[in-house]
Amino acid sequence: MPAYIFRRLFQAALILIGVSFITFALLYLLPADPVRQIAGRSATAQTVENIRQQLGLDQPFVVQYWRYLTSLLQGDLGRSYLQKSEVTELIAARLPASLLLMVAAIGCELVIGLTMGIVAALRRGSITDQSLMVVSFVGVSAPQFVVALLMLYFFSVRLSWFPIGGYGTWQHLVLPAVSLGIMGAGWYSRMMRSSMIDVLRQDFIRTAQAKGLAARKILIGHALPNAILPIIAMIGIDIGLFMGGIVVIESVFGWPGIGQLAWQAIQRVDIPIIMGVTLVSACAIVIGNLLADMITPFIDPRIKLR
Amino acid sequence: MSEVSVMDASVEVSKGAPNDINDRILELTELVISARSGTELVPLVDGLSLSLNRGETLCIAGESGSGKSMTSLAVMGLLPKPAVRITGGAINFDGRDLTQASERHMRHVRGNRIAMIFQEPMTSLNPVLTIGRQLIEAIQAHSSLGNREARQKAIEALNSVRIPQAEQRLKQHPHELSGGMRQRVMIAMALALEPDILIADEPTTALDVTVQGEVLELLRDLQKTHGTSIVLITHDMGVVAEMADRVVIMQKGRLVEQGDVADIFARPSHDYTKQLLAAVPRLGDGMRKAALQPTKVEEKEVLLEVDDLCVQFDIKGGFFGKTTHHVHAVNGVSFEIRDRETFSLVGESGCGKSTIAKALTGLVPSSGSVHLKQTTRDASGLVAATKHRDIQMIFQDPYASLDPRMRVGDLVSEPMLIHKIGTAEERKARTAELFERVGLHTNQMENYPHEFSGGQRQRICIARALALRPKLIIADESVAALDVSVQARVLALLKELQEEFGIAYLFISHDMAVVENISDRVAVMYMGQIVEMGSREQVFSNPQHPYTKKLIAAVPIPDPSQRRQEFSRLSDEIKSPVYKVGQLPHRVPLLSLGNGHFVSGDDFDSVSQHVAA
Repeated sequence: MPAYIFRRLFQAALILIGVSFITFALLYLLPADPVRQIAGRSATAQTVENIRQQLGLDQPFVVQYWRYLTSLLQGDLGRSYLQKSEVTELIAARLPASLLLMVAAIGCELVIGLTMGIVAALRRGSITDQSLMVVSFVGVSAPQFVVALLMLYFFSVRLSWFPIGGYGTWQHLVLPAVSLGIMGAGWYSRMMRSSMIDVLRQDFIRTAQAKGLAARKILIGHALPNAILPIIAMIGIDIGLFMGGIVVIESVFGWPGIGQLAWQAIQRVDIPIIMGVTLVSACAIVIGNLLADMITPFIDPRIKLR
Repeated sequence: MSEVSVMDASVEVSKGAPNDINDRILELTELVISARSGTELVPLVDGLSLSLNRGETLCIAGESGSGKSMTSLAVMGLLPKPAVRITGGAINFDGRDLTQASERHMRHVRGNRIAMIFQEPMTSLNPVLTIGRQLIEAIQAHSSLGNREARQKAIEALNSVRIPQAEQRLKQHPHELSGGMRQRVMIAMALALEPDILIADEPTTALDVTVQGEVLELLRDLQKTHGTSIVLITHDMGVVAEMADRVVIMQKGRLVEQGDVADIFARPSHDYTKQLLAAVPRLGDGMRKAALQPTKVEEKEVLLEVDDLCVQFDIKGGFFGKTTHHVHAVNGVSFEIRDRETFSLVGESGCGKSTIAKALTGLVPSSGSVHLKQTTRDASGLVAATKHRDIQMIFQDPYASLDPRMRVGDLVSEPMLIHKIGTAEERKARTAELFERVGLHTNQMENYPHEFSGGQRQRICIARALALRPKLIIADESVAALDVSVQARVLALLKELQEEFGIAYLFISHDMAVVENISDRVAVMYMGQIVEMGSREQVFSNPQHPYTKKLIAAVPIPDPSQRRQEFSRLSDEIKSPVYKVGQLPHRVPLLSLGNGHFVSGDDFDSVSQHVAA
């Protein structure tokens, strides 16, 4: 197990370097000029040139990337061009809010998605099953910003159940978490349904019935641990999807997380922040997958990590 | 709870029949089970009446589709509702009609009063839960025992089915146990609560023959100690002869004959029973038939020569995923197959017999040399085209080995298309010819595989294998999945085709009786090596190796008068041929006993250990 984790972390480091290179290259190729953004429209050509030199943006790509990479390896993500502070600090200040949102959203996904999936599987072919699957289809296909805006309109503007935006109490968390989780819930309900139907057909379920166990015990004790395995792997992958989602959701709800930070930075071509947020997201995806892979052997003893 | 009730005087009055009403524990009357197909109800079991007495073993025998499994599921209330359900009749158990019983009552009956074990020990236990949890759960479902007492009872149950180190086993998961062990766990689970009735649905079908004997003996012993009534559902007449007190023969959902086991075997009255018994392959039949028409083996030329064939698979591990262990699946096997000969490889699961087939067709990488008359191949494979033309395969599962989306005519002609043989017209004509030859109609060529029965599908597979006029056909457990009557017909067809087209067969099977019936020469495999090889007469009439003797002794004989009192018992589980890198398995040289009879030396440690009873 320790060797396995060590190897995975080593792979993760390689992945992160790869991600940093690709993002850096893409930003370099971008037609937008960060220096223009910093200097403002009225700045003279000389000022622009000075700033460019100061930031080292006049250097060739390879040199720029090498500088970035060496400071990155020392844990330095650089300074924001516009906010005049360290990127590490900016991210550290906003990360907890994003993590909270993400955990809540995963909770929503699981609670809504798994419940729908299990109920649909148990009542396979019924009206309940069909309507649940229609709902899940809508959940999967509706764009997140549309869901977020509709939720805001109904639950905040019309019903006044939840605040329109901001951060602080659990009420603030509900709408962003649900909006972020609804797409995943749609996916999970479909996966859980087919996984559950599959498991319920297995011989060992018949064995459990033949023992005279109650239906509830068979469902929770025998079927669920088997059916949930593919879902766990899915959660790991999902964190990647979330990283895209939180940029939209945090902006809609004014949630002070790294998504909002990224959004502002993209608009102003604040390269160090964009790089920083991208790398943190990549980290989250890698760690999420690693955790998912590490949980499965505890549920299914046949899986060995090596 | 389930003691044999003392027969009272009234028994003698009622013509001395053992079926005294007081003794009767389960009675099915005019049971009808139907499946919904569109708007229609199709009966799967039609008007079945039978009874089971205390302490008796009733065998329900029949081929697939006879409704025997549905009957047992109906008794348990476990029919796959709503698609299949009981539409008539009654199941009387303990003064109550189970067809009318509530789910709550059924739950009390299941496991507690009537327990069941199933065919597939590999899939019948939940893979993610420990053996202990699954056993204890069954015990606690019907008793108010605390965790400690339930655990104690679980250990006792494992002990009673002779599982060594019962206490440690509780912590293990199903995948850590072999098939035979898992089936014993299933039996322990079923009998832990001392039910009145045990329904065993093909309990030994998925097990190796040596393990089968042990499990059957276990059931018999447990019946003696607990007085449990057993309903044994099986397609294997050998098992019926070994186990039954009374027999019920079913065909297409109806009972065709029932009676005392000795009567059924000695004086079958119904035609179907006669057919069924005639189709059962028996050890010795092959030799009796051969005695009538002697064959001249010596004159035949060598077709395939296999020398020192080895196949190993890697097991990877460690930080960089290096290979740490090798599975020596086939370890230095040499044999030859002559023209028009049937050469059989026989052995238990995991002995490497199927791997040889894969190696010969180049489906797995191997080392050693394989000469096929005029062509030679090294480890990397013969000249690919001729190899695939000259060697064809027929697989075990006729359901899985035909692409469900292709028409069967196209499936049969596909090999010719791949090898660019003939024009479209010629291929079609050849396909039609093959269809007729294997006993199918040419107008079935446009149909899809699902429209055929198992036996018909296997005929399609045979036609496909014949399409390229191969010199050698490898039949890997090709009749194992078929009902006995179908099996007999397919075997007869294979024999006919051999005469007609001069094909040699490499016949791979676990079934000693079938091998004895069809083979000219036989090799017995154990742990990747051949331990004995010779003509059918040599191996079956004069077996030399202890493992061969074990295998022959373990075959259940379809004759109740030859019932064994005790099965030979194996001391150990079969070992796996996994070795650390650098460590090589011990190779046992074959010693010649003359006339082409070979047997491995006595120093085959693992074998002698394994076989030491």
